[in-house]
Amino acid sequence: MEFFIQILIAAVAMGTPLLFATLGGVISERAGVINLGMEGLMLVGALVAFVVMLYTGNYFYAVAAAAFASGIVSMIHGVVCLMLRASQIASGLALTFFGTGLSGLFGDKLMGETVEPLSRIPIPGLHTIPVLGPVLFNQDVIVYFSYLCVALSWWLLFKTRIGLNIRSIGEAPEVCDSLGLSVLSYRFFAVVGGGMLIGIGGAYFPLALTPFWVDGITAGRGWIAVALVIFAFWDPLKALGGAYLFGLALALELRLQILGIDMSPYFLKMLPYVLTILVLTLVTIRNNRRGIQVMPAALGKVFFRGEKH
Amino acid sequence: MRKLISIIISTTLTMLLVGGSAWAAKPSVGFIYVGPVGDGGWTHAHDLGRKALEEAGHKTYFVESVPEGSSEGQILKIARKSDIIFTTSFGFMDPTLKVSKKFPDKVFLHCSGFKQSKNMGNYFGRMYQAKYLAAIIAGGMSKKGRIGIVGSQPIPEIIRHINAITLGAQQSNPNIEVEVLWINSWFDPAKESDAAQALIDNGADVIVTMADSPATVQTSKKNGVYAIGNDTDMAIYGKEAHLTAAVWNWDVYYLAAVKAVENGTWKSSADWWGLDSGIVGLTSFHPDVPQSLIVQMNREKGRILSGTMDVFDHGFTKRDGTRVTKALNDGEMLGMMYYVKGIISKIPSG
Repeated sequence: MEFFIQILIAAVAMGTPLLFATLGGVISERAGVINLGMEGLMLVGALVAFVVMLYTGNYFYAVAAAAFASGIVSMIHGVVCLMLRASQIASGLALTFFGTGLSGLFGDKLMGETVEPLSRIPIPGLHTIPVLGPVLFNQDVIVYFSYLCVALSWWLLFKTRIGLNIRSIGEAPEVCDSLGLSVLSYRFFAVVGGGMLIGIGGAYFPLALTPFWVDGITAGRGWIAVALVIFAFWDPLKALGGAYLFGLALALELRLQILGIDMSPYFLKMLPYVLTILVLTLVTIRNNRRGIQVMPAALGKVFFRGEKH
Repeated sequence: MRKLISIIISTTLTMLLVGGSAWAAKPSVGFIYVGPVGDGGWTHAHDLGRKALEEAGHKTYFVESVPEGSSEGQILKIARKSDIIFTTSFGFMDPTLKVSKKFPDKVFLHCSGFKQSKNMGNYFGRMYQAKYLAAIIAGGMSKKGRIGIVGSQPIPEIIRHINAITLGAQQSNPNIEVEVLWINSWFDPAKESDAAQALIDNGADVIVTMADSPATVQTSKKNGVYAIGNDTDMAIYGKEAHLTAAVWNWDVYYLAAVKAVENGTWKSSADWWGLDSGIVGLTSFHPDVPQSLIVQMNREKGRILSGTMDVFDHGFTKRDGTRVTKALNDGEMLGMMYYVKGIISKIPSG
């Protein structure tokens, strides 16, 4: 039982950076903008969080600075693919290269520095619940903040006028434009807001998981998040389940070995991606039968104001 | 037009990361790295060797984080501007061989592989000797009698190191148990840390890592257990935990190899340098390590240095109980795909 709980605790820890990045991706893509720059944005967030933590020793400043910095860098994506109307795919990929290079360049002098990792704070009352207590309510503040972000982004997208506008713009920007909504401003803020969440996902590495800086500290988690956005069907609540499921896959890869269960490492490594393809295929087949379209209809498409298509 | 601008922006950003400049009189040297130079481990160790060449007056180039699967283009690019090219990961072997045929007047040296041509050689160090010595310390420092190893990729090189660690630890604690967890990656700090945690949760009190980042040292510090560093000195990441590290001193080899090419004495060969050359070694010890343990380690070190003993030359028992009585030759060591007795984990079937 103890072993089982430890697996779940590890799954939440591994899933948390994925969760933030996926939420960021969901918000951006709900407005119709693909962001393939997640890995780069996470690295920028991780670096800035580490530097601020090193010099101020304040977790709040570190997280805020990571969000701010990633927000600024995602503005590049906003400007290039919204205002200059370039390909979102190319711009996103460039952002990944840029973020990776930038963090490597400025991180060069930080080798050997370490910070104190976040400690766990049990929530009174809740942390004594069997299984769920130690897994979900005996975590660090960033994990608690991630629960809040899931709830807030779900509420924002599905329960507010702003959310309705964002989703509509992701579906039919021309219609929204004719109704007087500023497609570009909404999209720009969705990209920047999403970028800030992605940056916090990166910040979780040096603040909690691995409290030092090495180049490429996120080791490709940004790409898993790209797949997770699709896996979660652009829904913050499903993002929560998806991120923890992927976190569980990462944690299981190690724990299955302890149990002596012999599974091909290649199989375990491809599991998250196979799951994504499988779920996507199954749900798409089901939705097509029922005539439901889940993917934002205008996702990835360049918006030309007042022009015919 | 706007598309064009965005393409220009994207390419410029990419170019910025690659960089490069003019030629020099001494032979110029190019490096292909599998990880980032700031990984604090394997690639960092190679890059220290590159910096030693720079200090010796050579113009050097490098590309970092080159994926093993698609490295040919990068090797080609580096080969165009360098006289000597070092490719520093096993997976670069075939692409290096291919590119070496296009530049017959340049010298290619591939780390950790076995394929050669007229202008391509191999080089490596007998890291297993340093791991064996470090493990004597690890075995002696484990109170629970259990060492946890964070494995990277399950290839013969790493399996050889794990076996050497087990045999070394048995020198100071004959009943030591060794548990291995594979992360199936060379570099993934979060996973390395999680693996160390899982091993500690399962009873290990000395953690040895085969992966490239210092994450395990840090996790060991957090849990109040000891750790052995990998490839570079990782003490700065947790001196409370860091017993010692088995490290690479690539400058020893790089300076010698480049000198040989410069003097025209270089011939294609497979160099596997040992502890005596200085290419591998240990860093300074944790203050907790008792003098008696260091003396014991030094005795074994002396035997390896004098050539009277090597790790796999005096018989051992495999995990399945079969006994190996004769000394292994280099080929057998390079193809090692079994565990020795004392390792409680099963070898992955992959």
